[in-house]
Amino acid sequence: MQLRINGTLHEVDVEDDMPLLWVLRDELGLTGTKFGCGIAQCGACTVHLDGVAVRSCQAWAIDAEGAEITTIEGLGTPDLRHAVQEAWLTEQVAQCGYCQSGQMMQAASLLTETPQPSDQEIDDAMSGNLCRCGTYPRIRAAVKRAANLMQEG
Amino acid sequence: MGSLKTIARRTFLIGSAAVVGGVAFGAYTVRKPHENPLTAEAGDAVLTPYVKITKDGITLITPRADSGQGVYHVQAALIAEELDVDLDQIKTDPGPPSPAYWNTALASEAAEFMVPAAGMMQDIAEGAVNSVMKVIGLQITGGSTTVPDQFEKLRLAGASARETIKALVAEREGVAVADLTTASGNVILPDGQKIPYTDLAADLAGVEVVQDVPLRDPSQWRYLGKPMQRIDMLAKSTGTQDYGIDASVDGMVHATVLMNPAQGGGMSDYDASEALAMRGVKAVVPITGGLGIVADNTWRAFRAAQAINVTWQEPSFPLEQADHWAALEAAFTPDAQDSQKRNDGDVENALSDGEVLTAEYRAPYLAHAPLEPINAIVRVDDDRAEVWTGTQIPRFIQANVSRITGIPAENVTVHVQMMGGSFGHRLEDEVVKQATEIAMQMKGTPVKLTLSREEDMIHDFPRQIAMARMRGKVTNGQVEALDLGIAMPSVVASQLSRQNQSAPGPDSQIVAGAWDQPFAMPHQRVTGYRAQQLAPISSWRSVGASSNGFFYNASLDELIEAAGADPLEERLRLCSDPLARQVLEAVAEMSGWAGVGGVANGSKTGRGVALTKSFGVHCAQVIEVTDTDTGLRIENVWVAAEVGRVVDPVNFENLVQGGVIYALGHAMNSEITYAGGVAEQSNFDLNPGMRLHQCPNIFVRGLENGDRVQGIGEPPVPPAAPALAGAIWAVTGTRLREMPFSKSVGFI
Repeated sequence: MQLRINGTLHEVDVEDDMPLLWVLRDELGLTGTKFGCGIAQCGACTVHLDGVAVRSCQAWAIDAEGAEITTIEGLGTPDLRHAVQEAWLTEQVAQCGYCQSGQMMQAASLLTETPQPSDQEIDDAMSGNLCRCGTYPRIRAAVKRAANLMQEG
Repeated sequence: MGSLKTIARRTFLIGSAAVVGGVAFGAYTVRKPHENPLTAEAGDAVLTPYVKITKDGITLITPRADSGQGVYHVQAALIAEELDVDLDQIKTDPGPPSPAYWNTALASEAAEFMVPAAGMMQDIAEGAVNSVMKVIGLQITGGSTTVPDQFEKLRLAGASARETIKALVAEREGVAVADLTTASGNVILPDGQKIPYTDLAADLAGVEVVQDVPLRDPSQWRYLGKPMQRIDMLAKSTGTQDYGIDASVDGMVHATVLMNPAQGGGMSDYDASEALAMRGVKAVVPITGGLGIVADNTWRAFRAAQAINVTWQEPSFPLEQADHWAALEAAFTPDAQDSQKRNDGDVENALSDGEVLTAEYRAPYLAHAPLEPINAIVRVDDDRAEVWTGTQIPRFIQANVSRITGIPAENVTVHVQMMGGSFGHRLEDEVVKQATEIAMQMKGTPVKLTLSREEDMIHDFPRQIAMARMRGKVTNGQVEALDLGIAMPSVVASQLSRQNQSAPGPDSQIVAGAWDQPFAMPHQRVTGYRAQQLAPISSWRSVGASSNGFFYNASLDELIEAAGADPLEERLRLCSDPLARQVLEAVAEMSGWAGVGGVANGSKTGRGVALTKSFGVHCAQVIEVTDTDTGLRIENVWVAAEVGRVVDPVNFENLVQGGVIYALGHAMNSEITYAGGVAEQSNFDLNPGMRLHQCPNIFVRGLENGDRVQGIGEPPVPPAAPALAGAIWAVTGTRLREMPFSKSVGFI
């Protein structure tokens, strides 16, 4: 099947029900998307399908066919950072950093939908993304900083 | 000397494996404590085991492993401070397993455990212990020891390297060393000309390293003590940081394991025919205690594992959780007494009459559950082996792979990878042993072994289960007597058994965070009881103190309530250490402490307080909780910790907040329980920890009154649960004596 990922069309030969997560990681080498739990409990594997945050461990490859798939690699790069990545860098959010790809993808999706989220809206949108190191105070600050960066354009 | 080494090898490890903290700086110099493990290509310079300069760049060796605590950054900054390089000019490398990178802080702490060994006292007195430590070369990350251990060592390495470079240039240019300066990786001549260190690499190769260089005064520091931008932050903010699970080796296959869900039990037989017929499955091979499943994709291996039927054998520990608790209850006997490191006054006499308070406390097994599932790549060839994995114990891995394969240890290469969390999980190396056994059966092919979350959590060696019994008495509104007994299996013995080591003598982790607390009262006794070994257990962030900080502070709180006193005021009155007093005063001031509030004072908001000394650090916390219609909400946490010196204020704050969140999340809602010998919690749905919407505001202050620099990874953990329990008592009137607290109350 064909999958459009970060603007590039990829031909992959996988089972229909292979989770998108493992197509990305093991078939295409896009390892920025992380495996954490496999049951949509941690959010480490969050990607965008047509701009909306989904857990790639629960999205079958066949379901992603025809969609615009965006991973952390497509959100921005070290040299050309998305506002969310810029905010994460400035706030020095990460400890181990393993959950942060998913956190940033979730935050980017939130800010697309709700450019100036309230504290409650941030809590609601981000509570499905687990951080075992406990960087939540910094995640909250970074989401707000990213919102302001995006508003400033 | 031979027998001394033997004894020491056995006994010192009891401390090391427990990764207890504490610091005693030995007089350390960079003067060849071991052969420099760095190999130099022609034209490269290796100045000390920590600095490598080639014409292409400067590499700083950061041997303590990074599990998210930022120690690659901290170690680099310590070297860079004296070497005069900028942090964007250098690369870091964890270096090879080598005795040159032994952990002095752990070794010094370990000396405590040697005291019971016959004939060791004299050796300790003469400093022989540390020399024995050097023989073994303890390269372990843990026990909040990285900063204490490396604080002086790495600055000395940087200074030695810098002065060596200057000496070379002085001789070559015919100028005095004193007329040279250094900055941003350059030597600057008197006329202002700059010579990059990298241009000197070829000439530096083989020169004698300048020794005994005095360290700069802290007033001259450019990096240390100031907010720094962590060197891994750009990669971790853009999804470009590679972890062990992301590593890739040419020709590798993907594997997982299907282990006996009852830990340590064997396998009777299995039928893998269905799995072997599945797409992409290459092999199913028996390994110790289970099966390795090899495929061309991790998910295909996971799915194949679910299609295998296995008949498992029972484990050696009790099958049901109630029997684990019963084993602890049965351990409060003189026969099972492990230690009595504190016995002030006359507790028995004091508690022989009058009103005696009693209480019993419980702390459950807990999974470490770092977010990156455990993994390793191993390739075994005929005469050498190679390992890629995130680990805190590279030397043990080298030894174990050597033992399993029969390949000499010097031919086993370990590439330490960035870790997606650990919390003590990666002080174990079962995954490497498993990958090695699989790789032995397909020589020459790199085997990338990834555990599913379920395999990882069920086969985690969890935090110890623990129980405490308190008796106490108050007189005239003051705490007069506290008798605290703590029972748990030995973490150290369990952990060492997996490294084929024994653990003679008491296990100080059984009473860690309880026996040495900075509170004095007329009668105080702390007794450790060693329960029978139950499920295999391991060091979990703050080890023994993770349960004992709760037991000790909860006991104090009950006595203080009986005395009718304020929990913070009475702690200040009992406080016997000026550094501890200062952290208590700090949290009182930060929180604007004015009593516990709560139901007794007509408020739905209440507060608790706790202080635990662990890993040499006094850490106090005030926690504020509100009783809402949808459950208890933790509103605010104020934390003060005495660490001698805050090396990086930004990372310090992040680590303290993370420690508090880790502790509170587990205290709220997490445990591992066993049924039929199998852990009942296998993923984050049943073992949730704290979520963002539950996260309080956390205000952090580092105090620098002490004369020793201390680590901060673990000390924020022990006081969090008891401070939360105190706040819950304030708003509900109920004393919670068993974790997780969700057994008794609901949280938002």
